[in-house]
Order: sequence, then structure tokens, then C-alpha cells
Amino acid sequence: MALLEINSLGKSIGPAEILKGIDLTVEHGEVLGLIGPTGSGKTTLLRLVDLLEEPSTGSILFDGREVSRRPENEKLAARRKMAMVFQKPVMFKASVEENVSFGLKMRGRKGAEGGREEVKEALAAVGLSGYESRDANTLSGGEMQRIALARALVLQPKLLLLDEPTANLDPRSAASIDNLLQSLKRSRTAVIIATHNMHQCRNLADRVAVLQTGRLTAQGKSEEIFSDKTMAQSGRLFSGIRVPW
Amino acid sequence: MEEICYGLLRALELIAARDPQVMEITIRSLFISLSSAFLAGIICIPLGGLIEFRQFWGKSALINLIQTLYSLPTVTVGLLVFLLISRSGLLGGLNLLFSPTGMIFGQAILVSPIMIGLTITALEGVGPQIRDTAKSLGANEKQIIVTVIKEARVAVMAAVLLGFGRALSEVGVAMMIGGNIRGYTRVLTTAIALETSMGNLELSIAMGIILITISLAINILLNRFQRK
Amino acid sequence: MARNLLKMALVLMALSVLCGAAGAAGGERLKLATTTSLQDTGLLDVIKDKFDEKYNVALDVVSGGTGIAIQYAQRGDVDVLIVHDKERELKFIKDGQGLERRCIAYNYFFLVGPKNDPAGVKGMNASYALATIMEKGKADPSKVMFISRGDNSGTHAREKLLWKNAGYAYSAVNTSGPWYIEAGQGMGATLNIANEKQAYTISDMSTFMAYQGNLTLVPLIEGGDELLNVYVAMAVNPEKHPGVNCVLANMFINYLVSDEGQDLIASYGKDKFGQPLFSPARGNCELIGCSEAECAARTSASCAVA
Repeated sequence: MALLEINSLGKSIGPAEILKGIDLTVEHGEVLGLIGPTGSGKTTLLRLVDLLEEPSTGSILFDGREVSRRPENEKLAARRKMAMVFQKPVMFKASVEENVSFGLKMRGRKGAEGGREEVKEALAAVGLSGYESRDANTLSGGEMQRIALARALVLQPKLLLLDEPTANLDPRSAASIDNLLQSLKRSRTAVIIATHNMHQCRNLADRVAVLQTGRLTAQGKSEEIFSDKTMAQSGRLFSGIRVPW
Repeated sequence: MEEICYGLLRALELIAARDPQVMEITIRSLFISLSSAFLAGIICIPLGGLIEFRQFWGKSALINLIQTLYSLPTVTVGLLVFLLISRSGLLGGLNLLFSPTGMIFGQAILVSPIMIGLTITALEGVGPQIRDTAKSLGANEKQIIVTVIKEARVAVMAAVLLGFGRALSEVGVAMMIGGNIRGYTRVLTTAIALETSMGNLELSIAMGIILITISLAINILLNRFQRK
Repeated sequence: MARNLLKMALVLMALSVLCGAAGAAGGERLKLATTTSLQDTGLLDVIKDKFDEKYNVALDVVSGGTGIAIQYAQRGDVDVLIVHDKERELKFIKDGQGLERRCIAYNYFFLVGPKNDPAGVKGMNASYALATIMEKGKADPSKVMFISRGDNSGTHAREKLLWKNAGYAYSAVNTSGPWYIEAGQGMGATLNIANEKQAYTISDMSTFMAYQGNLTLVPLIEGGDELLNVYVAMAVNPEKHPGVNCVLANMFINYLVSDEGQDLIASYGKDKFGQPLFSPARGNCELIGCSEAECAARTSASCAVA
């Protein structure tokens, strides 16, 4: 049974069709790369999966149950098994530690020893050890991105949703995050990573889905999508996708 | 002009000598207005949160109404509360009229529109991404509200301090509900009104200075807090 | 630093609320409504202290015009009333709102005005003087003006009575020109206005004497039946308002009419103004038109509610 099953998903705002006819599955522990140009609907798709918005058509099944059209308390239960890192994440007006442990607190874990250890580990994983008592809003954009990642990782979600996780990072930080994401593959965490970066996608993803103007134009194993044959047609297929530096 | 200067000097004298009458009135003013700000705060902040977060028919009309009530004349509020808590009124059995408790109640009502309205404004000022972030990290509705209120805490605190300032410097409610009873419900503003009408200008000026000083202190506090 | 101050403020607030909730308990409290004319003289402050000393009862005095004082009593918001308008007092008793009328003190209203008396009313009969002021005021409002309390007080009621005696409908008087100004305030404030504008006004003697130091106005008519001002105390009827403190009210009234109370009233003001501001009702009952039962006599009404 797949962890995530998306059937004929569509989202419209008024006359604008942001997403249409999306069929997608993600298996437990799988990394799915979602690649597509700006405005193709990647963020909207991730938001729908995280149940932050309701789809106009279609349905989402998570862990075998329909969740997208259920009452809020059921959505919350599903959402608590996921974690999302937004593009340009925002920090709460609090310390780094409070930010990272936020999700734990929401799930009722009092700040005691258990939480603190996990926060420490998460910060170490993103390369920001010792940042606990810093004011989260004084950090650089790249640091904030990594804190947001730590904030999600510390929850050990079944499904991790990443929206351009290394977009604002300098090459060195980006590389260390890529390593971290690689190590995630050993855990049972499934990941959907939306990205512009073909390199990153090719290295990390088990499967890739290509999104263009709200529709999936290609889907398949990483090797297939990035094969020489497809790359030759890349002009058409990957139009609008930035070449990575 | 002479009177003002002379009055000012005399006023400083009274304050330095810690005139017991003036001290008593000042402490009572602070006590009553702090209490009413506190009371209004614990009701209005959550209420503001609820209004801001829920969608319902007539929401913008309600917010409009609240903002209109910001500058409700204090004497009108005083009169309405008087009718409510008079022994012949709906809440007459509580025996609140002509007592400090009644004044706290009345002033809390007076500053409630400001507190609710400014709380809503403060919460609106918190970016929508905070909500999404909290939600995506597993917060339920109540937790989201608390998180947003915490994010807006500076502006919310400003609302409370503003409410306190309004309560401290109003006359209408204090006069009608308190009755300006010497030693019991007389506060700075009602005392100033009385002493002025009696021609005791030095005392009035002294109390006026105290009132202004406290307001100044509140403002400084507010600014310090906002700069954080 | 600001954070600590803030915490302090919050603690202060919480403490305040707790203290308030615990209630300002202690001795008992008696609520009295009266007119600003009486309150502004300071007599009640002296009585309040003595009464508290003797009986450990705090006297809470709320003052306003006679109109609002009676309103408070009719709503049961106060336990006892002291006013000076016979017509309304009788109605109050007749309506069953009050237990009994008790005359406790008296003095006279004055007609006061500018030293140079532009309307030439000195020594006249009060109502005739008012008619003269109106005539001269209509002719030249810059020279002759009259300030009315305009607030439904006992003093205002007396003014209206004088106009009636002079043969005029009040509605004809108060709209007849800029010479007639309605202050809408207490006696002290009204005197200040009259002083500013060098105008005529009617004031009770005690307030005038208490304010005299700050005024250039002088009394032009000082006595006569028309200007008699009798202060009456009435306890609010517990049958109409079960919450009122009838026992304390009666105790207070009895104190006022007792020898000690009457002595206090009779001597008030002597040291400050050279002469007492009030005359006790005791011994002057006939003069002030109070029956023997009403005049400086202990209360006989019981507080028991049927």
C-alpha cells in the first residue's frame, strides 16, 4: 500500500486552473522529485498534500485513508505525520530552540529533556550546532532555511515535503544539506522535494514527476527521466527549468 | 499665567512632601485602572483572536462597529453602565454602584472596544505564513490562535497599555459609577474635576502633573517594548 | 529592563484584581445622596468623620443636583437622602419612597450680584427683584445678567418658585434672551460663572460663604420667607428597595437630630468664616415650617418590611 496516493487532483481559483488531473503515488521511504518551472503549481501541490488547502477535484489518500475531504480533526491527525518546509520559511519570534521544538510542543511533548536532545541532534544535522539560544529572526536567510529543515526533521515525519530547500543556500551549505537528504534515504522517511535543480533531483530522487502549467507531463524512475534520450528532448521537456550552477 | 506658575510650584511641593490625600487618590486611580485593563485584557484578547480567526456572516460589520466604539464618549458609557448596575437595573443585585469594583467593571467595558479592535489589528499584522507554518508543524486551531497571539504579543501589549491609559485618564465612567466619594471612589480625574470647580487650582494642577507623568511613563514603557 | 517592568505591571494588575475581589471589607458603609450645595460647604465631611469615629460606619456621600439625588434614592442606590425642596420631599414620602421627613438644618438663600448692583435690586423682595432683573436684563444684557443653576436642583427649584411668585411662567423666562444663562452645574461652579460675568444668581448662604474668599460678588438680598432654605433628611423605604440599609440610615438621621449632631451643625463654619453656615432645626421648627414630629425628632419608623 502506497504511503501517498493522489487521484485526479485539481485545484482552481475562480477561472484559473492551477492544477489539473494529477495522478501520483509515493511509497514509504521513497524520494520523489517534483520538478517544474516557476508557476507550474509545485507549491500548490505540496500545500494540498499537507492538507493546508482543499482540492477542487480529486482526492488524496494518506496511509490508506482519504484525507483531503475529511473534517479538520482527521486532517490534523494526518498532517501530524507529515512536515513541510516552505520556500523562504519564516521563523517564529522566539529562540532557535523554541522554533525547532515547536512541532514537538504542538504534539504535547513538554519541553523536558527528551525534546532538548532531539533539538540538539536536529541542529547538528543541519550544521547549526550551538544555535539554540539565538534569536531566530536575526539569522541569515540560509540559516533560517536550515532551521526550518531542522524544525521539520525533528518531528521524524512519515512524509517530508520540501519546497526548494536549498534555493537560498550558498554552495557549501547546499552541499551539506544534500548530504543530509541523502542520509534520509536510509530512514523510512518519504520525501517529496520540489526543486529547480536538476542535479539535486537526479542525485536524490528515486522517482521524478515533471509538472508544467499545472499538469504532469512526465513521471517515472529517475534514470528514465534523466536518460540521454529524454535529455535530448530536454528543450521541450524541461523548458523553463534553470540550469543548475 | 501667574496662577499656573504658582500652581506648578505648589504642585511640586505637594508631590515632594507626599501629601497623603494626593497619594491616596493616586494609588486608588492606579489600582482601579490597572484592574480594569487586566480584566478587559483577559476577556478581550481571546475574543479578538476568535473574531479574527473565524469567518462568519457580518464579520466586517462587527469589526466596523468595534472600531466605531473606540471613541465612545465616556459619559455615555458611564450612563449605560449606571443604568445596568443601579439597584433598579439588571445587575442591581450585585451592589456595584458607587464602589471601586463597579468602576473597574465600568472602565473595563469602556476600554473593551479598543482592546478587541487593536488585538484584531495586531493579529492581522501577523503574516499568513506564520499560520501555515504552525499548521504544517501540527498545530490545531487553538494552538494556531495562541501562536499567532504570541507572535503579535508586542502589538497586543500595546493595546493593553493603551486601554490602561484610557481608563486612567477618563472622567465620565469614574464620576457616574464611582460618585467621587472621598476616601472611597475618588480618583485623580474626578478629584481634578472637583477641585477645579471649587477653585482649588494648585491641587488640581498637582494631580494633573501626576496624571501626565504616569501617562508619560506608560508611553516610555510602550516604546521600549515596541523596539524589541 | 522593559520586560521586567512589564512583569511588574502584570503582577500589580493581578494583585489589584485580587484585592478588589477580596473586597474593601471592614466596617459598614452607608450611602448618602445629597445636593452639591450642601456637599460643597464641607459640612458633610465633618459629619462623616465624626459619625465614623462614633459608630465605625463609613459615610459615602454622592452629590449632584437635587434631581439626581432623588433619582438615586428612587432607584435604591443610596440609603438616605438630604435635600432642600419641600415639594419634591413631600412627593417622595407620598409615593412611599421614603420613610419620614426630618428637618435637620436651615439657612437662607441669597440673591447675590455685582457690587455695583446695575439692576438696583438691593433690599427688595426676592421675587420682585427677579422680575426687575429680567426687565433690565432684556433691555441691556451686557449690563444685567442672571445665572441660573439650570440643573433641576433644590436651588433651581427655589428660583423657579420665585419666578412663579413674580407671576411668570418659567418657560417664558429661560428663553427670553441672552441675559438669562443656564449654568447646568453645581453651586460652586455657578458662583464662579456669575463672578466671571459679574451677574446675579441665587445661592444658598453656606456655599456662598464658603466661596466668598474667591468672589467679588456680594449678597444683595439675605432673608425673608421666600428665601428660606430648609435641609431635610429622609431614609429610603426598605419596602420599595429591600437592599437598602435602613437601620444605618435611621441611625444616621438620629445622629443628625441628636444634641451632638445639632451642635455640630450649629457651629460649623464659625472658625473658618466667622459665623456658622447653618442654623440647627432644633428650636426653630415653627420658623422653618416643620411640624413637631418632623423637626429635629428621632425617627419613629421601623425598618421592618411587611
